[in-house]
Amino acid sequence: MISDAKPDRQTWGLDHQFDSVDQQRESSFLGMWIFLVTEIMFFGGLFATYIVYRGQNTDGFVAGSHELDITLGAVNTAVLIGSSLTMALAVWAAQTDRRKATVWFILATILLGGVFLGVKVVEYGAKFEHHLVPGPEFHWPGPEKTESVQMFFNLYFLMTGLHALHMIIGIGILAVLAWLAWRGVFSASNHNLVEGVGLYWHFVDIVWIFLFPLLYLLGRSG
Amino acid sequence: MSVPEKQPAAVAEHHGHHEEPFWKKYIFSQDHKVIGLQYGITALFFLMFGFCLMLLMRWQLAFPGKPVPLLGGLASMSRLFIYGALLILAIAAVYLLRGRATGAVRGLAVAVVTLASVFLFVTLVARLLSDANAPGGIILPEFYNQLGAMHGTIMVFLAVVPLLVGAFGNYVLPLQIGAPDMAFPKLNMASYWCYLPGGLVMLMSFFVPGGAANSGWTSYPPLSNIATQGQTWWLFGMVLLITSSLLGSVNFITTVFQLRAKGLSFMRLPFFCWAQLVTSFLLLLAFPPLEAAGILQLADRLLGTSFFMPSGLVVSGQVLDVAGGGSPLLWQHLFWFLAHPEVYVLILPAMGIVAEVIANNTRKPLWGYKAMVYATIFLGFMSFIVWAHHMFLTGMGTSISAFFQTTTMIISVPSVVILTALLISLWGGSIRFNTPMLFALAFLPMFGIGGLTGLPLGLAPSDIHLHDTYYVIGHFHYVVAPGTIFAIFAGIYYWFPKFTGRKMSEALGKLHFWPSLIAINCVFMPMFIQGLAGVSRRLYDGGQQYAHAQEVLHWNAFMSAGAYMLLLAQIPFIFNFFWSMRRGEKVGANPWQATTLEWAAAPSPPVAHGNFPQVPVVVRGPYEYSPPDEDVEFLPQHTPQQA
Repeated sequence: MISDAKPDRQTWGLDHQFDSVDQQRESSFLGMWIFLVTEIMFFGGLFATYIVYRGQNTDGFVAGSHELDITLGAVNTAVLIGSSLTMALAVWAAQTDRRKATVWFILATILLGGVFLGVKVVEYGAKFEHHLVPGPEFHWPGPEKTESVQMFFNLYFLMTGLHALHMIIGIGILAVLAWLAWRGVFSASNHNLVEGVGLYWHFVDIVWIFLFPLLYLLGRSG
Repeated sequence: MSVPEKQPAAVAEHHGHHEEPFWKKYIFSQDHKVIGLQYGITALFFLMFGFCLMLLMRWQLAFPGKPVPLLGGLASMSRLFIYGALLILAIAAVYLLRGRATGAVRGLAVAVVTLASVFLFVTLVARLLSDANAPGGIILPEFYNQLGAMHGTIMVFLAVVPLLVGAFGNYVLPLQIGAPDMAFPKLNMASYWCYLPGGLVMLMSFFVPGGAANSGWTSYPPLSNIATQGQTWWLFGMVLLITSSLLGSVNFITTVFQLRAKGLSFMRLPFFCWAQLVTSFLLLLAFPPLEAAGILQLADRLLGTSFFMPSGLVVSGQVLDVAGGGSPLLWQHLFWFLAHPEVYVLILPAMGIVAEVIANNTRKPLWGYKAMVYATIFLGFMSFIVWAHHMFLTGMGTSISAFFQTTTMIISVPSVVILTALLISLWGGSIRFNTPMLFALAFLPMFGIGGLTGLPLGLAPSDIHLHDTYYVIGHFHYVVAPGTIFAIFAGIYYWFPKFTGRKMSEALGKLHFWPSLIAINCVFMPMFIQGLAGVSRRLYDGGQQYAHAQEVLHWNAFMSAGAYMLLLAQIPFIFNFFWSMRRGEKVGANPWQATTLEWAAAPSPPVAHGNFPQVPVVVRGPYEYSPPDEDVEFLPQHTPQQA
């Protein structure tokens, strides 16, 4: 029972619709997980599309994946996993009420996210040079059917592009988060936002963990 | 009456002290009640607009090639009149909202607002009949296709779902579970502010070159891929509407799981809350794949990909210059993976409303409450594995067809369980035939007709004959129009006192109900006859060119007459709705003697922030009407048992 609710609410950052800090925390995590379910279903639709078209255009997909730069892809995978680590450390720092550490780990996450996007730009640029971007400029000299290879690149650009869009949104949110952390908004009892954004960031990383093998590795040995 | 409960911090903090500025209170509000009303008003506008699109179509079907009467002249009217009316409307509205007007001046301002609004609405519909769409008032085939596609889109995504979920769900659900607000008020606001731009984009698309989307509400490629730019607008609008629904369902689910009042276990939830909860799960899981598909189609249209474009497509005798390799059928699968659960999104909350109204007006508990709850959950689960019964004609093979027709037969069982439970609930009740109850009672046979006529469509052999005929149109309109929309009316009449503190007029309500019931059956019943005779849907001339349609063509004029009667029957409702806001009979907190928290524990309208003057503690199930061993007529969910 909350007898003297008003001052406590402010120090805890407790919104009016909640009775207790625990309830607010559980609600914010539940909401975030449910949101991630929608994201899984969203990427699920894209992965389903991938499966259908891979089945129909196996040759083109194998040929297409040979065109991707596996080194850059692997580097990016490592960068993203590193960013997940810094994100987890930021959450830990917020939990243990270390303001500066929180800010620095969030900034490190932003930096790694930026590196990932930079590498992606280099990769996209190479595809433009090699006429591998879907559209009228697309050109495929190999023996496989052009439309099959192009379908691979349709999916490559759309899936990695939507993933990158999630990264860009994530970086924007992290920037706000860093600013809030710098102002000292978070404390050991009130850091739901940091954890929630952390969940989102880990999710975006995991999507890449699926994209990398599907686009870069599958059929590579053949 | 009740034990001393803790004073909720929400009320202690917010009670009475701050007067929020207008834009924060009514426009960018974070209060679930205001957002619910925003949703309701906007969606009622779109319901009327979508209805008008249908009236235009029905004119063309009944009198092919004849100019649309009355509206033709307005179409070419100078824009100055529109700007003038907008200006007058704005001035009068601001004047009224400042709340200082009294007496005759006030009456005049109300009259000006009413006239200007009606004029603007009629003008909006009339402007659709521009020279590009309907020269001389005669509807062109291209425009007819726009009307068909947009009628479906607007009715499903902008009218019915926002009314059921956005309006009733938002307003009533937190009240019924004893919560001071939704779990995420900001998200709730964002949800409305994705919905409204989504709707405006759809509306604007009528006025871009080539007009609105014209490939059906299902937007099947390759037709939609090569359609005019209205289709791109449609896709943008859909992405916004989907985002809105997803934000809403995240909020609803969290709210139901986290913010129930003390003592409100899941098996004490009013059935309406269960229906909303399952609906939220359906939206949550079904919408994102369509969002993905929508983005793929956008990429096809704007970025030069070919996800849904097959190779060697011939359009107007010429091979289309696209990369190809795509599969149009993939769109159909992704679309129906959403759109079949969407059907249950359209019906479950309606059943929830009907269950509330029936329990309240039979003065006895719902019969088979638990069976209804389990049926709802099972129905939600099954709705994800029936989608391909929309695609029996795509040549997907007999074994897959067999699977989907089996699951379709199975899903009819829980629907029948719910309907039967509602029907048996009437048995032995002392029924009050008020307006909400009339609409709820009409829902039962109307939904019954809609549901049972669906079975022949779920079986592949009969579907091959009936697919894409008027039989299909009759079937799903019986579910959604005299089914769901009647339930929506029941909900409006039932909860109106909670929204406003006043009752709607019973006499006008009955004047709304009986003509509507008759007219709506005149519109949809003949569709079964035409469909069984083999008349296809989406025919611009209603089937005049087809020999097999000649026998049943005379029904077209009959159905259209029914539609215009239906329009007339809505006038008492519209008048009643606005008139009762200020002049309706004043009522207390619980005019229907209801047991659920929104009536029993909150004033009408509820406390602006926090809903309840005292946080309710729930001690019993939702429908304790006419308890056998008590000398009271009903026991609210939250009061302690009388000794």
